[in-house]
Amino acid sequence: MSKTDITTAAAGTDPETDPQTDPENTSEAREAQELGAAGSQLSTAPREESVIGGPTLGPLGWIRWFWRQLTSMRVALILLFLLSLAAIPGSLIPQNSVDELKVQTFQEKHETVTPIYDKLQLFDVYSSVWFSAIYLLLFISLIGCIVPRTWQFVGQLRGRPPGAPKRLDRLPAYTTWRTTAEPEEVREAALSLLKRRRFRAHTVGDAVAAEKGYLREAGNLLFHIALIVMLVAFATGQLFKSEGGKLILEGDGFSNTLTQYDDFKSGSMYDTDDLEPFSFTLDKFIGTFERNGPQVGTAREFEAHVSYTTDGGATERKSVIEVNEPLEVNGSKVYLIGHGYAPVLTVRDGKGKVVFKGATPLLPIDNNITSTGAIKVMDGYRDKNGKKQQLGFNAFFVPTFAGKGNGNMFSQFPELDYPVLALTAYQGSLGVDSGLPQNVYQLDTSKMKQFKDADGNKLAQRLLPGETMKLPGGAGSVTFEKDIKEWATFQVSQQPGNGLALTGAIGAVLGLVGSLFIQRRRIWVRTVRGADGVTVLEMAGLGRSESAKLPEELGDLALTLNAEAPTAPAATPVPAPEEAQETTPATPTGEPVEGAEK
Amino acid sequence: MILAATTNENLANTANVLVYSSMAIYTLAFFAHIVEWVLGSRSKVGRTAAALTGAGTAAKAKATVEVRTAEKENGGGTAVLERPKVITRSAAGRRDVPDGPGAAGGTFKGDLYGRIAVSMTALGFLLEAAGVISRAMAVQRAPWGNMYEFSTTFSTVAVGTYLAFLLTKKNVRWIGLPLVTTVLLNLGIATTVLYTDSDQLVPALHSYWLWIHVSTAIFCGAVFYLGAVGTLFYLLRDVYESKVARGATVGRAWASIMERLPAAATLDKFSYRVNAAVFPLWTFTIIAGAIWAGDAWGRYWGWDPKEVWSFITWVAYACYLHARATAGWKGRKAATLALVAFGCWLFNYYGVNIFVTGKHSYAGV
Ligand code: HEM
Repeated sequence: MSKTDITTAAAGTDPETDPQTDPENTSEAREAQELGAAGSQLSTAPREESVIGGPTLGPLGWIRWFWRQLTSMRVALILLFLLSLAAIPGSLIPQNSVDELKVQTFQEKHETVTPIYDKLQLFDVYSSVWFSAIYLLLFISLIGCIVPRTWQFVGQLRGRPPGAPKRLDRLPAYTTWRTTAEPEEVREAALSLLKRRRFRAHTVGDAVAAEKGYLREAGNLLFHIALIVMLVAFATGQLFKSEGGKLILEGDGFSNTLTQYDDFKSGSMYDTDDLEPFSFTLDKFIGTFERNGPQVGTAREFEAHVSYTTDGGATERKSVIEVNEPLEVNGSKVYLIGHGYAPVLTVRDGKGKVVFKGATPLLPIDNNITSTGAIKVMDGYRDKNGKKQQLGFNAFFVPTFAGKGNGNMFSQFPELDYPVLALTAYQGSLGVDSGLPQNVYQLDTSKMKQFKDADGNKLAQRLLPGETMKLPGGAGSVTFEKDIKEWATFQVSQQPGNGLALTGAIGAVLGLVGSLFIQRRRIWVRTVRGADGVTVLEMAGLGRSESAKLPEELGDLALTLNAEAPTAPAATPVPAPEEAQETTPATPTGEPVEGAEK
Repeated sequence: MILAATTNENLANTANVLVYSSMAIYTLAFFAHIVEWVLGSRSKVGRTAAALTGAGTAAKAKATVEVRTAEKENGGGTAVLERPKVITRSAAGRRDVPDGPGAAGGTFKGDLYGRIAVSMTALGFLLEAAGVISRAMAVQRAPWGNMYEFSTTFSTVAVGTYLAFLLTKKNVRWIGLPLVTTVLLNLGIATTVLYTDSDQLVPALHSYWLWIHVSTAIFCGAVFYLGAVGTLFYLLRDVYESKVARGATVGRAWASIMERLPAAATLDKFSYRVNAAVFPLWTFTIIAGAIWAGDAWGRYWGWDPKEVWSFITWVAYACYLHARATAGWKGRKAATLALVAFGCWLFNYYGVNIFVTGKHSYAGV
């Protein structure tokens, strides 16, 4: 299309101009003119336009100008740079999408900047207007760049390599010799040689034109298209994904319906009917922790043993979910997220009747699984007067107690080495009937009265497994059962588009490999009968970028061709190509010679 | 069980001793390189370069190269016959300045010390590699669980790659001194500030993706590092060359050093090749990380600080590659982008691990 397409490959230095002061391109442009069509379309990269001002063409012209700018390589470069800059703040300021709690803490600590950050969407960088604007512009630019390049490339594939330029000795790699063979003979030999080496070759006039390495362009286009595929995949993933959390006690089960989740999030296009029908039971949870060394208490192994059934539960299968190994059920994945303990309590009323028996999950508050929570006895309990009451207990649990008199009640180790449960007891109304949603881990004591012991002190007691706390005044008792259960939290997520994203990613890597490791290059072989009747053979190569491989390949081809077109005895000295100094073979291969003595 | 633990502890100690020994040997290599450069400065090139600065030696000559002589073709013709020679020209806009002769400046003694330095580097490499391997055996897992382990592996790979370049007869001995210097610095930080006792991994790291993702990440970093050294030297040499071409004066000592480096064009090509060759692998590393994150954390991409900075690094390198393909951005501007990109990589490694907390924070940094 344009003559400056080959700028990177133009050969020859203008001796008069200093490269540093030389305005960009002029000498290259001149070279390009000399090469003519021979150097064109070695790539489909768009031509760089040096238009600074706008056109004076009216609205349509402006739109066109704007489009050209947007799809130019320079703007792509700027947008890429902006994208990397714009991604930085999100790594330094806490993000809502990553950790909402951290954002809240940050906001409480920095009250002055919070409103400004909020306005600038700095707590949601990656979904902010400005971040989206940059990548959307980039992808529009990309599409605007890819489509014409693809057409151009298809055109190049349909066409044939352009004929030889007038001056082959101007090209980056060049060789010549006089041969005893006839010109047509040599051309034929060159044609078949190049074809054997998988060049696309044909004869134009007195020269053979050949080209190879189209995969480079194909790879580059594949890479850029793959980027678009990945973006589309992420977008669908965001729109159609669903993600729910569920805490499950050992021995309990879960079936995948909306009502069973503790919390549930979904993309805006998500339909709850899409939930995959399956269910599973947590048979056993195993957590092991480092016992020695500097990292004592650090988690080593988490395993959730589950049995699961799909589609109504015809067959039950067993599986182990680990941190890196989610359970996959027809496109839904079940991840193991966390775990903790659930002490089993038995609550009896004044007459000794069991009014509550069950495990209550408590929430860990540190790495050694010191846990807190609330146990609520909603109904069935009557006080000694036979009046209906509700009971509530605030619980503080440590799997490994530090020992009496150690002052601190915090756990020393995450496993159940010396479990202790501390309880405070309340009676009254739990407030669950008020209709307001209640945190299951917290007790609302506004309508409750704390039990007091005989001395009038507030009742609070530490229990070992198997021990019982008596409620004063014949109000009943609470037993901390020996069997302490574990629980695990799971995240069930469904995200369509993952397959597409992976396809895109693989395409991107393959495309890049093609684009960066394959060199697209042209070779021309011209044979003419010299003035003395002896055939003069000239060979030259042109690549899209300067590479040491091109001269090597040309040398190799020349050598092979030389066998079929042997060098004629030098009656007259071989005419040296103009300007280029002849080499003396004394220098080691690949080392430039000139100027070394400087 | 206890027995096993002690053998492992012994192995871990052996690993530490090996790493310390490699540091000692690298130090010797460092001094040998210094001697090489000093001796080289007294060479003909070293001295004439200093004398010539400011003389305006803008090279107009075209480098012509005989790429291949037909060794296999013996007896094919008589002695009179000429074999085809390939003449190359460099691209327009390039100064045709030849590569310098290397740190030794062509002197025999300097070269000798250079060779000693390379041998020491090779020995240091073997010791360090043995250290990394025994650490892996001591902990019975991939030796990439914390920053100490990353750092030792990182410098081992960087030195290994450099030695591999040397083995394939690439002209890269000029990297020797800066490489050994930074490797020593890196190991110094690793063994003091970052040192973590050998230990097991947290569950999130239990995955074969650790082998894939982390090994490629370390490899990419090490090779990007070599590219960055090349880029830095390119910038220095390019500034020097254009000064000389303009006829400006250059300090004697500086000229002597610069004159012995490869030409700016060669350095530029070296760093471009290295960066371009690693870029697809870096892309793969990020993808592998995303797949792993999908398994471990239930989401492929969550803008965790580590993820953000790998992305930034990736975009910065893509920027650099684009710049190379855009006419107005080649040369120094593109080189600056390459350095910025490597800076992002470094920040991702040190900065994010130490200053920013995220899901990628593991025991003992
Ligand atoms: C989404 C952001 C983009 C990324 C990550 C990206 C990345 C890359 C990479 C890694 C290369 C390989 C460089 C090489 O072959 O030397 C490349 C080449 C190329 N890109 Fe992009 N690119 C992006 C957007 C664009 C856009 C918007 C355009 C069009 C304006 C574009 C046009 C090109 C062209 C023409 C080449 C080939 C250059 C050559 O032939 O050497 N790219 N790109």
